[in-house]
Amino acid sequence: MTTVDERRPTLAVWKFASCDGCQLSLLDCEDELLAVADRVAISYFPEATSTMVDGPYDVSLVEGSIITAHDAERIVEIRRQSGLLVTIGACATAGGIQALRNGADIAEFTSIVYAHPEYISTLATSTPIADHVRVDLELRGCPIDRRQLIATIAALLNRHVKHLPTTSVCTECKAASTSCVMVAHGTACLGPITQAGCGALCPSFHRGCYGCFGPMESANVEALHRRLRELGVEPDAIDRLMRTFDVEAFARLAPEGART
Amino acid sequence: MTHKSLDLHVPTLTRVEGEGAMHVVVRDGVVEDVQLEIYEPPRMFEAFLRGRAHHEPVDITARICGICPVAYQMSAAHAIEHLAGVTVDGPIRDLRRLLYCGEWIESHVLHMAFLHAPDFLGVDSGITIARQEPELMTEVLHLKKTGNRIMEVVGGRPIHPVNVRLGGFYRSPSRRELRELVPDLERAHAAAVTLVRWVAGFEFPSIPDRLAAHTEFVSLRHPDEYPLNEGRVVSNLGLDLDVADYGERLREVHVEHSTALHATLDGDRRYQVGPLARWMNNHDLLTESVRALANEVGIGDAETNPFRSIVVRGLETVWAVEEALRIIDAYAPPTEPAVAVPALAGVGAAATEAPRGLLYHRYELDATGIITDAVIVPPTSQNQIAIEADLRDFVQSHLDLDDHTLGHRCEQVIRNYDPCISCATHFLRFSSDRAGGDA
Repeated sequence: MTTVDERRPTLAVWKFASCDGCQLSLLDCEDELLAVADRVAISYFPEATSTMVDGPYDVSLVEGSIITAHDAERIVEIRRQSGLLVTIGACATAGGIQALRNGADIAEFTSIVYAHPEYISTLATSTPIADHVRVDLELRGCPIDRRQLIATIAALLNRHVKHLPTTSVCTECKAASTSCVMVAHGTACLGPITQAGCGALCPSFHRGCYGCFGPMESANVEALHRRLRELGVEPDAIDRLMRTFDVEAFARLAPEGART
Repeated sequence: MTHKSLDLHVPTLTRVEGEGAMHVVVRDGVVEDVQLEIYEPPRMFEAFLRGRAHHEPVDITARICGICPVAYQMSAAHAIEHLAGVTVDGPIRDLRRLLYCGEWIESHVLHMAFLHAPDFLGVDSGITIARQEPELMTEVLHLKKTGNRIMEVVGGRPIHPVNVRLGGFYRSPSRRELRELVPDLERAHAAAVTLVRWVAGFEFPSIPDRLAAHTEFVSLRHPDEYPLNEGRVVSNLGLDLDVADYGERLREVHVEHSTALHATLDGDRRYQVGPLARWMNNHDLLTESVRALANEVGIGDAETNPFRSIVVRGLETVWAVEEALRIIDAYAPPTEPAVAVPALAGVGAAATEAPRGLLYHRYELDATGIITDAVIVPPTSQNQIAIEADLRDFVQSHLDLDDHTLGHRCEQVIRNYDPCISCATHFLRFSSDRAGGDA
């Protein structure tokens, strides 16, 4: 039997359209998981426990994007029951890769995937949680960074505000003394316009950043676009590079001219 | 003889990956209907893969599943390499197997200790088990973490690894980076053996008629090694196909009272994939120590009780730790981390062994290397018929249980398959289109 300490803050973990990877990140914190479970009462986390306690909840972690009418209603109710609502991952913060449907013909998409499109009920767009309800904090990434998740939970437990980086991935490469893949090897990299937080993982593996943390504040997309063209990257390829895991977030800041 | 009637509805299945529900209807002692309902919202991967470049499915399809991204990366890479006529060999091939071992360890241990074991112990979660058995679970968490560490060192991170590409990797790890995993793996091996002995001591319900003669168990088989990335598709009932031919014979079928689509072979041949199938078709390729341990805990060459899949997962975990140690011991970095994979027009297919079973990918590319069609058949889609059949047979033979216990046991029947419901939504027009075409 779990002893429920009334003073422990309650935590709920919610899933919308997603791959489960961001909530799995919590179970991947093998060194911290049990300590976290001692400090918070896990009241709703169906992937991990059959115990389901009714709200309200002090903190809700929300994974996934909104792609059904039912989910658009569900998130409003979750917001109502949550003290703090923290979105985790690119689906929740930007609509995720499934936002590639936005602007496409959803009927055609459905008929490509499903034998009986009439059985499928889905919205024409995939939208971030913040398009529907007020969000208190966003953890970026596809998936989120485990260390950021633990630091965020620790900060919330101690009633601190967790300050997340707003600079570019480039600053993390410099801090880690990782040589610039674009300068040294001419590799296409979204690091200059992507929000830091991953520890500049891809460049440390000699690979260009693919933008899974989404755009940083005041990203200079046009300058990067120009530089990528100079490196010989075709416009189609640049377009595809920007249109993956944070497609909606990059699309919202890209000037029209930069897309062609 | 019972004349019980009941309507069991579990609106939110817990301790599974993704969102699903279960519905069982019994009238006058006869099971009338069973449904594993999947209400995971549809994300449409096969649709938006069209128009993408040939190197992109490796990263894009990983996002179908946060628990088995390596499986998606491997099936995608092998399918496009198959199309291009490229074979990856030597240390790059070994690194892929090592990465996959990491995923098997992490996924199997998560399922065994956190999702499935609570059913046998009558508790709500692995966290509760950790409070009851802190010493055991400390080592189990270290074992799980070691799987994740392998994926970090080889792939960059455990969820959606960044280092995988067509033809191999962006950067190959140094010998020293891999050697540093050895002490953790040695400690993890002891934990994996302990975990097997622990779960083997659970009480296992049974399902009547779950005999090899009545059920087709499908997996890869490779002549020299327990299968991960390569092999022919075989079964205990004599199936023996090239992967591409297997894909051609996959069909969906509509089951009465259900809107879900279920994978079959040839439209009516039912089968299942996963650890029991791999074990049955490949037990002769395991190490002596794993076979001795299987013998000790009473797992024979053909284990068919789905409740005992937790023990087979444990044995596969021990094997994966041993395979990882073997690969690291023999490792010398490749001269180049990847071989070139040209973008050619054509069709490529591949299947690899995700922790929960065979995962099939098929891609068509045009002359500019752009994808014109994508087909993904995840293991849970292939297991859905078996899961529902188990539910029906279990309920029919256990109507003497009280409703509460029966409900719990039904959820356990589903968890026997380690279902990945986020994956299962990508299930599939493919066979239907084709079945429609045939009709």
